[in-house]
Amino acid sequence: MHEDSNFQNFKAIIRCEDPNANLYTFVGSLELEEQQYPLTPQQLLLRDSKLRNTDCIYGAVIFTGRDTKVFQNSTGPPSKRSKVERRMDKIIYFLFGILVLMSFIGSIFFGIATREDLQDGKMKRWYLRPDDTTAYYDPKRAAVAAVLHFLTALMLYGYLIPISLYVSIEIVKILQSIFINQDLHMYYEETDKPARARTSNLNEELGQVDTILSDKTGTLTCNSMEFIKCSIAGTSYGRGVTEVERAMARRKGSPLEEEVTEEQEDKASIKGFNFEDERIMNGSWDNEPHADVIQKFLRLLATCHTALPEVDEENGKISYEAESPDEAAFVIAARELGFEFYERTQTSISVHELDPVTGTKVERSYSLLNVLEFSSSRKRMSVIVRSEEGTLLLLSKGADSVMFERLAENGREFEEQTKEHINEYADAGLRTLILAYRELDEKEYIQFNEEFTEAKNSVSADREELAEEIAEKIEKNLILLGATAVEDKLQNGVPECIDKLAQAGIKLWVLTGDKMETAINIGFACSLLRQGMRQVIISSETPESKTLEKSEDKSAAAAALKASVLHQLIRGKELLDSSNESLGPLALIIDGKSLTYALEDDVKDLFLELAIGCASVICCRSSPKQKALVTRLVKTKTSSTTLAIGDGANDVGMLQEADIGVGISGVEGMQAVMSSDIAIAQFRFLERLLLVHGHWCYRRISSMICYFFYKNIAFGFTLFFFEAYASFSGQPVYNDWFLSLYNVFFTSLPVIALGVFDQDVSARFCLKFPLLYQEGVQNILFSWTRILGWALNGVANAAIIFFFCIHAMKQQAFRKGGEVIGLEILGTTMYTCVVWVVNCQMALSVTYFTYIQHLFIWGGITFWYIFLLAYGAMDPYISTTAYKVFIEACAPAPSFWLITLLVLMSSLLPYFTYSAIQMRFFPLHHQMIQWFRSDGQTDDPEFCQMVRQRSLRPTTVGYTARFEASSRDLKAKIEDSL
Amino acid sequence: MEVEGGNTSANDAVARKIPIQSRRAKVFYQFTQQNLPACKPVLTPSWIVTTFLLMGVIFIPIGLVTLRTSHSVIEIVERYDTECIPEKFRGNKVSYIKDSTILKNCSLYLKVPKHMKAPIYIYYQLDNYYQNHRRYVKSRNDQQLLHGLKSNDTSSCQPEDSSNGLPIVPCGLIAWSLFNDTFKFIRESSELVVNRKNIAWKSDRNHKFGKQVYPFNFQNGTFIGGGSLDPSVPLSDQEDLIVWMRTAALPSFRKMYGRIEEDLDADDVIAVHLMNNYNTYSFGGKKKLVLSTSSWLGGKNDFLGVAYVFVGSSSIIISLVFMLLHVKNPRPYGETAYLSWNR
Repeated sequence: MHEDSNFQNFKAIIRCEDPNANLYTFVGSLELEEQQYPLTPQQLLLRDSKLRNTDCIYGAVIFTGRDTKVFQNSTGPPSKRSKVERRMDKIIYFLFGILVLMSFIGSIFFGIATREDLQDGKMKRWYLRPDDTTAYYDPKRAAVAAVLHFLTALMLYGYLIPISLYVSIEIVKILQSIFINQDLHMYYEETDKPARARTSNLNEELGQVDTILSDKTGTLTCNSMEFIKCSIAGTSYGRGVTEVERAMARRKGSPLEEEVTEEQEDKASIKGFNFEDERIMNGSWDNEPHADVIQKFLRLLATCHTALPEVDEENGKISYEAESPDEAAFVIAARELGFEFYERTQTSISVHELDPVTGTKVERSYSLLNVLEFSSSRKRMSVIVRSEEGTLLLLSKGADSVMFERLAENGREFEEQTKEHINEYADAGLRTLILAYRELDEKEYIQFNEEFTEAKNSVSADREELAEEIAEKIEKNLILLGATAVEDKLQNGVPECIDKLAQAGIKLWVLTGDKMETAINIGFACSLLRQGMRQVIISSETPESKTLEKSEDKSAAAAALKASVLHQLIRGKELLDSSNESLGPLALIIDGKSLTYALEDDVKDLFLELAIGCASVICCRSSPKQKALVTRLVKTKTSSTTLAIGDGANDVGMLQEADIGVGISGVEGMQAVMSSDIAIAQFRFLERLLLVHGHWCYRRISSMICYFFYKNIAFGFTLFFFEAYASFSGQPVYNDWFLSLYNVFFTSLPVIALGVFDQDVSARFCLKFPLLYQEGVQNILFSWTRILGWALNGVANAAIIFFFCIHAMKQQAFRKGGEVIGLEILGTTMYTCVVWVVNCQMALSVTYFTYIQHLFIWGGITFWYIFLLAYGAMDPYISTTAYKVFIEACAPAPSFWLITLLVLMSSLLPYFTYSAIQMRFFPLHHQMIQWFRSDGQTDDPEFCQMVRQRSLRPTTVGYTARFEASSRDLKAKIEDSL
Repeated sequence: MEVEGGNTSANDAVARKIPIQSRRAKVFYQFTQQNLPACKPVLTPSWIVTTFLLMGVIFIPIGLVTLRTSHSVIEIVERYDTECIPEKFRGNKVSYIKDSTILKNCSLYLKVPKHMKAPIYIYYQLDNYYQNHRRYVKSRNDQQLLHGLKSNDTSSCQPEDSSNGLPIVPCGLIAWSLFNDTFKFIRESSELVVNRKNIAWKSDRNHKFGKQVYPFNFQNGTFIGGGSLDPSVPLSDQEDLIVWMRTAALPSFRKMYGRIEEDLDADDVIAVHLMNNYNTYSFGGKKKLVLSTSSWLGGKNDFLGVAYVFVGSSSIIISLVFMLLHVKNPRPYGETAYLSWNR
């Protein structure tokens, strides 16, 4: 059926499951001409699949639109607000409560005073004419007057509720986002991509992240495999240095780093190949002791695979299309080492081989007899080929767990050394495969071929198992050649970044769709896992679960699987509870199927408890939905801030679910970026984004909000105190314009400057002392005590301002000419004091004075005097009570200036004393670092080392921790041996 | 304090990549990279101790000088609201004060405690009088005070905006409740001259009260509040009214009555003949007569001086305590005790 028209009469019925979110399972059947064909995930193309190696395919559409698996995995776009803002709302409610309470108290007093003004027709305060009045002051209806007064008071004390706060915060956040976008340290030159804060209202949330949930491919790794090392005949080859080793070396301070960078510069890099060893490069393997083994090894690399060559017509260069990037890496490695695979037909594989004898390239072709394919249960693949000489060869490669047991007695010559090497490689985060071969005799092969072909062609349901069984029979008595190590290339700077984040106390969970082995490898590569960590592996890929799945009764199977997962979880929890530090921290590794059960309502608490107790958590084979569910679980149950980072469409759910979604604007398209809150180009920028910008923004916003409340409380309470002296009649002590302009002109700019520019410590120290980040995670700077402290400071300042002013300016004359104060003079004096106090308080709490701060703070105060002059000079019709009040009454009076100075200093005294004591005796992290800086200790490496060690916990991951742990082990060993 | 010119080492590499053409570009670069040169004050113990000490050293002298100045002011305060009610009316002061048929003259004798240098300011002081009540403060019309009958929107003056169908100038409760006790001062049988000019703010006289505005229909209603005004004198010259109309800030206040422009010697006895017209009895307010000299700080009030001395000495005490604590319990160099996980 190769013509479209052939399908005109094609009729078949497809039965399949309902739309669901599960990406890795599919159950269905195709009924064609009264015959049933099973449909499995292999027959299903998911949305966004790419067509390769063929021009077209014919298919039937099963699900469309909302029914597709991708859509089933998507979650609705969320609306996100930061924790700080949510707490701010609560403060606003609290302040509103105070406002109502104040107004209520005022109204009661006002009502009583008003009622008493007229008793039995006798007027008390006759000058108010209580006998002839409006409803506002009517003694006969004092209750009504009180209610009306309540509304007036709400307006009057409304300054407690900082409406301008929302406006200021918006401005500040936008400016902060601009700073994030502008940061050159987060600009990726290669793709010309700066960081992009797509939403500005999560800036401060970046400073409070407790758990990072990260995708693997494209986020931690660049999705390219590099052939980096191999072990042939018990000798390890390859001087390439992995990213982790490099980071470790840098940590130890060895000169390795420089060498490496030099080497890298002069080497033209070949994608997928990072192998460096003069012993076998350029054909010199011939001189090695086991040259024949090396030859076989390389030949195996060139032939045992399913890749397709693509010859570039112009320059004859060959590139490869392979199912997985690591397979491509093998073929590339073979090519670079002299065994260039260049053609594949249905029955043959052709290779340019380097002939060690003549030193020239010869063409060799192998006829391909069988391919025993890779599957996750077999964990190996083999090919059977007939060489030009006519020998039958079984070439096999696979995971060490299955390969060593299949070796022949005489094929174990290099087993010991190879095993040692494999452990070494695995610890460095490399993916290892064992290569082995076997020569077959004709008889054996013919028998095998018959059985195999029969099994392949059978139509029973267990066709695959049958074929596997037969393949198993022939894949034995192998002779070990060696092992390969492929690096799943990490992105630049990932280990360093993870190390810093770990030191900052941020947990990193890896949620990946990859296989468990790959995930564990990456765990090692990123130092999320290390030797000495006990791994709790929860997997449903065990043989028992396989048999369970095959059983007819699906629900019973599910229940049994769940029970097994539960059992494993409980065992892990026991391990966690009993663990003492000497045994080392735990690492939890769980696969997708188990995760399905672990995320069910009755189990998830246990799962979460276990996961939180573990130093690292890796979820493999997880679907996008599961990623989102895990994120939600962490977010809701621990109420800590989560950050999800990913680059692909499969991370969208997770990004949307997390408190902050960070998208990597990499190669996998824009979908993740579109649904993210912040987009960065490289994983390593996360370090700066969180530790520097996150910390700063958190600190800025929280200081800003605290300060805002402080300044409005200080202002509002002076009004309230005055009311107590004006029989709560609702007369404001300040001129109307003073009232309106308070939040606009005289106090607004310094707060915005605080929110945009303040830095407790510079970026360099933020990165040098990552523990500083915990201030945000533990929410020290925006704790209720701190907020209440600022509120109390506001009340205290208001009290000082008001009572000092009224006592200093009682009834007596306030200047040489014998003039006494009036309402407008008291108001002006108090307002002057408020402006001074509030602005100087700002100057005290700011730790970073650029000329901008100076301009805004001192400018605000100066502007107040200018305003007073200008407003007072206007016609009395406009300026009313403020007419010439400064120039005529206040300015010439020395007492006015003396009162300002006194009130200012005594208002600042409580805060200054408090912060002096705190700084000296109970410093916070950032104050500690300010100490170090002013002591000049920050450049002392020994000191920094000490600080770093203090910030490590037994569960800390990252290479620093790994280094410390291994040196601790070493020390213990030495002590034991002594 | 240390001024860090941007953090150098970490950013140099990046900085080098970008050719810095001018100072302006450099400043812009520093700005966008949040790396502006800045002053980063750290509260080190030496700073703290110095600041507190300095505050004490400045504040205590100021306080002492202020106190001395306040003490140099001589002040005579005499309460007369009860004294000036004849014995037989003490039971019902309100009906006495409201009875307009009785002439309410009264005499006080003041003894000068110390030599008082001219000018001596005469104030009357009212207590428990809410001139700052919202209804009261608003009950005036500035346009009318300046332009007289031309301005006719006097709704803010209700209920004292009109009587008998005619508008009142000056309208409103403040003017209506004008203080109207009068004082005469006699020393050794000769009357002391009381200068009652220039007792109000100049800006009020010149710009808020009209020179062509004369009182009209004032205190003509059925219910008479305070004093009345001479209809032939323009408002700008009615200084008692102008003083009264600057509403006081607090319920206890003084207003200037006039000046005595000759010295009073110690132990002089001054007889005050006053007309006790003003009703403070119905709301229980006190009335006082005050004679006071003035200093560069104004009248007698110790609060400012005491507060300065108090704040100054407490900062010195804080600085000493702090220093003591710091010396007794020195902070080890490179202490990292607060940099650990369990806090």
